[in-house]
Formats: sequence, C-alpha cells, structure tokens
Amino acid sequence: MLSVKSLYTEYPGERGRTIRAAQDVSFEVPDGKLFTLLGPSGCGKTTTLRSIAGLERPKSGEIAVRGQLVSSSEKGIFIAPNRRNFGMVFQSYAIWPHMNVYQNAAFPLEVGRRKLSRKERAEKVMGILRAVALDDLADRAATKLSGGQQQRLALARALVMEPQLLLLDEPLSNLDAKLRERMRFELKRMQRERGLTTVYVTHDQSEALALSHEVAVMNEGRIAQVGSPRDIYERPRNRFVADFVGTTNFINAVVAAADGEGRCRVGTPLGELNARCADRLSRSDPVVVSVRPEDVELSEQPPERTEGDNVCIGTVDAKAFLGEYLDFQVKVSDLVLLARVHPSLRTPVGDRIYVRMRAEKCVAIPDAGSTPR
Amino acid sequence: MSRPCETVTWGAMQVGWRIPRRLDAKWPAIVGSVALVAWLALVPVIFLLWQSLLTPETATTPARLTLENYRTAYAGAETVRLFGNSVEFAVGSAALAFVVGTFFAWVNERTNTPFKFLFFALSLIPLVIPAILFTVSWILLASPKIGVINLALQDFFATDIVFVNIYSMGGMIWVDGLHQSPLAFLLMTAAFRSTDPALEESALMSGATVLQIAWHMTLKLVWPAVLAALVILFVRAIESFEIPALLGLPVGLEVYTSAIYQAIHKYPSDVGLASAYGATLLLIASLCIFAQSRVAREAGKFSTVTGKGFRPRLMNIGRWRYLTAAAFMAYFMIIVALPFLVLLWCSLQKFYSVPTAAALKTVTFDAYRAVLDYPGFPGMVWNSVVLSLGSATIIMLMTSVLCWIVVRTRLPGRWLLDNLASLPLVFPGLVLGLAIMVCYLSIGIGVYGTLWIMLIAYVTRFMPYGMRYSTTSMLALHKELEESAAMSGAAWGMTFRRIVLPLLKPGLIAGWIYVVIVSVRELSSSILLYSPGTEVVSIMIWEYWQNGQYVELSALGVMLMVALFCFVLLAQFASRGFGVAQSGH
Repeated sequence: MLSVKSLYTEYPGERGRTIRAAQDVSFEVPDGKLFTLLGPSGCGKTTTLRSIAGLERPKSGEIAVRGQLVSSSEKGIFIAPNRRNFGMVFQSYAIWPHMNVYQNAAFPLEVGRRKLSRKERAEKVMGILRAVALDDLADRAATKLSGGQQQRLALARALVMEPQLLLLDEPLSNLDAKLRERMRFELKRMQRERGLTTVYVTHDQSEALALSHEVAVMNEGRIAQVGSPRDIYERPRNRFVADFVGTTNFINAVVAAADGEGRCRVGTPLGELNARCADRLSRSDPVVVSVRPEDVELSEQPPERTEGDNVCIGTVDAKAFLGEYLDFQVKVSDLVLLARVHPSLRTPVGDRIYVRMRAEKCVAIPDAGSTPR
Repeated sequence: MSRPCETVTWGAMQVGWRIPRRLDAKWPAIVGSVALVAWLALVPVIFLLWQSLLTPETATTPARLTLENYRTAYAGAETVRLFGNSVEFAVGSAALAFVVGTFFAWVNERTNTPFKFLFFALSLIPLVIPAILFTVSWILLASPKIGVINLALQDFFATDIVFVNIYSMGGMIWVDGLHQSPLAFLLMTAAFRSTDPALEESALMSGATVLQIAWHMTLKLVWPAVLAALVILFVRAIESFEIPALLGLPVGLEVYTSAIYQAIHKYPSDVGLASAYGATLLLIASLCIFAQSRVAREAGKFSTVTGKGFRPRLMNIGRWRYLTAAAFMAYFMIIVALPFLVLLWCSLQKFYSVPTAAALKTVTFDAYRAVLDYPGFPGMVWNSVVLSLGSATIIMLMTSVLCWIVVRTRLPGRWLLDNLASLPLVFPGLVLGLAIMVCYLSIGIGVYGTLWIMLIAYVTRFMPYGMRYSTTSMLALHKELEESAAMSGAAWGMTFRRIVLPLLKPGLIAGWIYVVIVSVRELSSSILLYSPGTEVVSIMIWEYWQNGQYVELSALGVMLMVALFCFVLLAQFASRGFGVAQSGH
C-alpha cells in the first residue's frame, strides 16, 4: 500500500553544513497494517515520516501510495501535503488553541476538496468525536482539555477526513506512564477495527513491540533491521538492534564451528557455547552473543540438561528486588551476566548458582568491531 | 481496505506537481512582501547617497556630479564643531538616561521600595508625551526669560540672576536624557528580570552588601543588556530632532539633525549638503548598531537568560527605601507631573503668564476653542488618524508574512530579509524623510505632496517595530500547528488565514497599537514631507511653536496627551482580553 524506496533526505544545518537524516531508507507497508519506525532521537525516523507526509522534501527516492507516486525527485513529482489526504497526529498534538473541540475536528472537512453539506459534516464530526469519547466535550475550548483528551482530539482530527494513510509521530510521548499504557490499547483497537494503514514513529521500544505488525529499527539514518516485533526482539541481526530493543547481555566470542543451518558453537570467556546464528558464519569469525536477561535461567540445584543447553556455574554478585521480578548479577569467570528471574529465588549474595542458557536464546551476531552498519 | 476513502478524487495527483509553486498563494505573497520591503528599505537610501553627490539644481544650470557637498560637510572648521556637538549631546543624553533608568529599574525589580505601582505609569511616558511637547514644557519651565523655575526663584531671592538656562548643551542633554530614561528603564527592567537571582543570593550568602551585589553581580551579569541599552540610547539621541532644534538652534548650537533641517529650510535649499549630512548620520547609526549586534552575538554564549520564570527575591534595603521612594517621587514629578501641569496651566491662559493666584482668576478655555475652531483642524486630525491606522495595519499585515518567511521557511537569504526589514532602524526620522523626499521627487509617480508619501514614510520608519512584534509571536507558535492544518488538507493561504493569523493576533494587535501611537507622534519625517492639506497634528504643534502661539500649542498638546493616554489604557485593556484567549496554550 505504502512503498518507500531508497529515500535520502538532508537539510541545511548551521554554517552551510548539510545534515543528513534518512539514508537509503526503503520499506513497504501492506494494506491495513501498522508499521513502526523505531530508533533513538536523531536516527532519521521523524524525517522519514515527515517525508511521507510531504512536510519535508526528500533529496532523492520515491514514495508511492497504492501505486501512485506522491514524491519522486527523479521524476520531479511532489504532491503538496494538503493534497495527499494523509491523517497525521503530531507529537505536540498541534491542537489549535483558538478553536473549540468541534471546530478542531471539523477543520479538515471545511478546507478539504470534498465539499460536504453542513449536516453531513456535523454527522461525520460527531461520529468521530463519539469514537474517541469526546462527543460530550464538543463545545469545550481546546485549551481546556487534558493531555489524554488532546491526544484523542488530535486522533479524531486525523481520522475525520477518512485518510488513506495515518501517520503518528510519537503520539504517546507527552502522556504520563499510566495514561500512555491505556492510550496504547485504545490506539491499537482503533487501528485494528478500522483497518487503517498506519506509520508509527517512536523511540519507545515497548510501544513499538506492543502495537506493530512490523517494526523497522533505525540507526544513524539507516534501517538496521525490519521484522515482526518477535523477530526483532528474539532474533536481532546486529548489535545495535539487540542493544536498543530491550536489555541484553553481550558476550564476545569467536566462531568455533557452524553447521550452515543456523546452529553454531562459539568460543567465549565462559567456555564454548551453543548458539544460533542467522547469518552465514565461518570458523574464527568474531561474533558477539546476545542473551536476554529473562533467558538466563538460574537455579540452586544443577538444572536438567537437554541437547544444546549451555550450563555454567557462577556466584551471585548483586541482586535487586523490583517487585514483579528480581535482577541478579551473576559472575561467571570474569564476566557478569544479568539475569531476570522470578522473585521466589532467594539465593544470597556470594553463593554459588547454576546458570542455564538455551541454545536458541543465545544469538550470535557478527561483530564488525564497533557499531554495525 | 473496507474504507470509504476510495471516494477521494485521486485524479489531480496523477499528473504530479512538477512545480508545486503553481496555484499556491504562498509564492505571490512571499515575492510581493520581499519586493515591497526591498523597495521601502533600499531605494530611498540609494537616492539619498546619489543626491549627496549632486550640485543643487537651479532653473539655469542642471545638477552635476560633485564631491563638493562632502567637502563642505567635512572640510570646514564647522565640521569639527558639528561632530563634537552631536557626540557630546548624544553621549551626555545616553549617559543620563542610562544612569537614571537603570537606577530605577534596579529599585523596581530588586528592592522593596514602596509606591512601585507608579512604575507602570512610567513605562507609558515616552508613549503619551511626544518629545516636542516634553521639550516645550521644559522651555516653559526653565527658559531664562519665561521659565517658571527661574521666575519663581528670582521672585523668592529678589534677584534677576538666571538660575537655569534650558537653551544650552546642558539643557539639551537634560531634556533628551530625561525623555529617553523610561526607555532605559524598560530595557534594563527586562535585563534584570532575565538574570538568575540565585547568583545574587549566593553573593549575599558570601557576605556581600546590597551595593556590592548590585555592582559586582547584578550589573556585571546584565552587561550585554547594558551595552545594548547604551547603544540604543546613543543612536536615539544622535537621531533626536525636536530637542536640538527647539533648544539648540535659537543659540546656534547645531547637531547633525538640526543642520540637515537648516540646510533644507534655508533659501535656496541645499538638498545635496543635507544628504551628505544624512549619509554621515546613517553611517554613525549603522556602525553603532553593527558593533552592538556583534557584541551581542559574542555575549550570547555566556547568556544568563534561561527562559525560566524567575520570581526574584526582593532585597530589603531597610531605611534606604524611604530615600529611594523619595527619589522616585521626585523623578515622577520631573518627568510626568511638572511637564503636564505646566502645559495644562499654559493652555488655560489667554497669554502665557507665570502661575500666580492672580492669574488663576483669568483661567479660560479660549485656547481650546481657538484650536478646535481652527479651520484646518478637522483635516489634520483626520490625516493623523488615517495615517496612523493605515500605516499600523499595513505594517502588521506585511510583517506577519515577512516573519513567517524568516521563521518558517528555509529559503536561502531569509536572514537578508530580516535585516532589510530592520534596516530603517538606523535611519534617523529626518534622514528618512529627506531620503523619501528626494526619491519621490525624482520618481514622478505623483505621490509627492500627497498623504501617500507620508504613509510610505511611516510604513518604512515603523516597519522594524512591527517586525519585532510579529517575529516574537511567530517564534512562540509551534510549527506543528501549521503542519497539522496542511495535513488536514488546507492550502497555504487557508492555513495562514485560519490558523496563523488568529494565533498571531495578540502579538499583531500589540504591535498595531504601538505603531498607531508612534505614528500619531511622528514629526521628524513628516516635517520634510508635508504640504498644504496634508498636515498632521504633530506638524500643527510645530507650526504653533514657530508662530509663538504657546497657549494654543499647550491646549493642543494637552488634548493630544489625554487622547493618547486614553488610547493606551484602552489598548492595555483590550490586549489583556486577547491575552486571556491565549492562556492555557
């Protein structure tokens, strides 16, 4: 439905320097799916979204919706944002303070090219306000809304013109934690019910994982990995993705043997470990093994071993009680591993403890020295 | 997708917009505003410089290129005297205004002095008492022959010694410095408000006294603002026309502005020489502003302004606060009460006389009647009203587009536009009037001698102020408010009309009010541009002065001040109403 092909953007910075934002960004969003651009600030995700919206002009690359080009520098096509019929929710919500709730939501219908009768317009506006539970507040001044209400109004305004694409620029980042969680479900329900093709930008990995059909993790203007939330989390393809999405343990290693079918043995400071590898690796390639803390299983008794399990013995270095779970720092050889375990485990600091890591949870990632490209 | 959005006409998009500028109100608006600003700000200067290189044109000999004007302006012994006078006057006036204004700003912002509510009135003074009325009132107070102060003191001591003489360099500095001091007060108040009081409080904890803190901390922290204030005051003083003309010319004390006026009003008038003086003045003002902006840029790096809303802790200055309160009351008397009262007294007499009990019996409203009955009076008021409302409206509409370009777009050269729009700041009013006169005498488009030329002058002269007001509000406007309108399907023109202008309204109205007021008071440009039928109120005051009709002048002055004061109050009230609509955002 939406296709972005080798998008490059840049803008003039201070003193004539050009700042590059998106670098060779390409992705496809199928009809009715929610696609998330995830990354730290300055990674180019917002610029990419704004290029789709038409608020930025890409240096090169093509953006097409349903096969229609909306932006292509090569062919000299650029459709103004007001003619694209995309709905957008801004990070600041951009609720117009000089209008009331109804006027804010009705604005897209008043200025759009489709002319509606007053009655039709009123029906549509009230319908969408009902959908976001703001119909009781239609006459309220927009400045008198709470944060969550402003967010819902911004969503209603984006949806009232029945856009073919919905763009969301960190729509939840200005809300407090509790409200953010509630709105996350609200947003997901609206998106799924209406089957809206959506591009979502966020720096919050839990938001991205909870909402999306597909996630693109971006770093320094480039897409580091695209995949389903589970893919991204469980099978990170490079060090950046593993590190940015969730918490993880990194163990430096060298490939000892690889069978070419995704299984390998790697030499680490802990000894040899069984791991899984997505990329084709060969003997003595430097890798880094990523293990999520919840996959570092601890036990006071020697654990059962099935084939491929890695088991080692360590000592409890430190621990922290966090309510729902316990964080253990376990020292194995000279390496400290972070393990996230059920609060029922009460091994005292300094005691011996068994560590088990299943082979399919240990992901060997090629380590090209520093940050991956 | 089972959504009705398929119904959206998608046709227009198939073509693709090769040039998005087409059919967009944005580009005509941008090009139009830029062209207008360039025309207004640049063309008169070019003509001024051109004219300064020409000999006077007479019926028999055409003008030819020459450097004679600059030779006359620079070579003689006159030059040194003129330059010396101008600098002495400007430095003295700026210093006086700065010391007085800073002292009271500090008292107001940082100490627990009583009667602070009067400080509000202070900030209005330069608005409601035009320089020419302030000068006249001080002539009535301190002239050697008719000055109330001299006469009262001579009467008391039974001598005929002249105690104070306003017709002197000292008198000029005194009047100009006092008239500028509320501006210094405003500038320094803003500076004091923006510094972190914690820095002062830590000095207090280190054992410094109030005076040591004021000297070592407060003043040093606001140093960039001090420099900016001094430069602005210096430039304003060197551009000041009314005060040197009324006080200096009668005793042969010339500065650049009065020299320009003399050169034009002698017979035959010497526009070339006036232009040469004008170019000099322009150069001095530009250098000052340029130097100040360079320093400000450097100082910006160490800025103490954090944008946080400080609530500075007031210093307890103990018994001294009675002294500061007394000083303030005296200041208030000198700059507000005395000038107004002396004009009021004068306006109620048949002939000017010193206030005595006997004279109280001869109080009459004849002067007011005379002013109101004057045949040209309604026309002048009408001219003033039309010009001030017209220039304010044009300026605010134009600058709202300009500031949008400067703040929002990434057009190359938009900084140039900002500078162009601010360029008229360095034109002294008289020089601007001269430049516009020369320009439209040469370009025969028929505006010379009409109200239009004065409108052009006013728009040019006050455009920078409009620009400041618009830009300030534009910077406070979140970019996404416009972008969300574009995403809603609104074109640029629609977005500007429905979103940008309504949101800029408070700032635009504040700027509009300010421009209306300064336009009503405008004298130094108008004086070179008016012709019979296009006189304005400030010209009428000037003419009363030239004719020696002090009583009528006072009556008109009192009416003007009261009218301006009412307008300011009304405007304050109105803008507060608009402010409420903005709150919460």
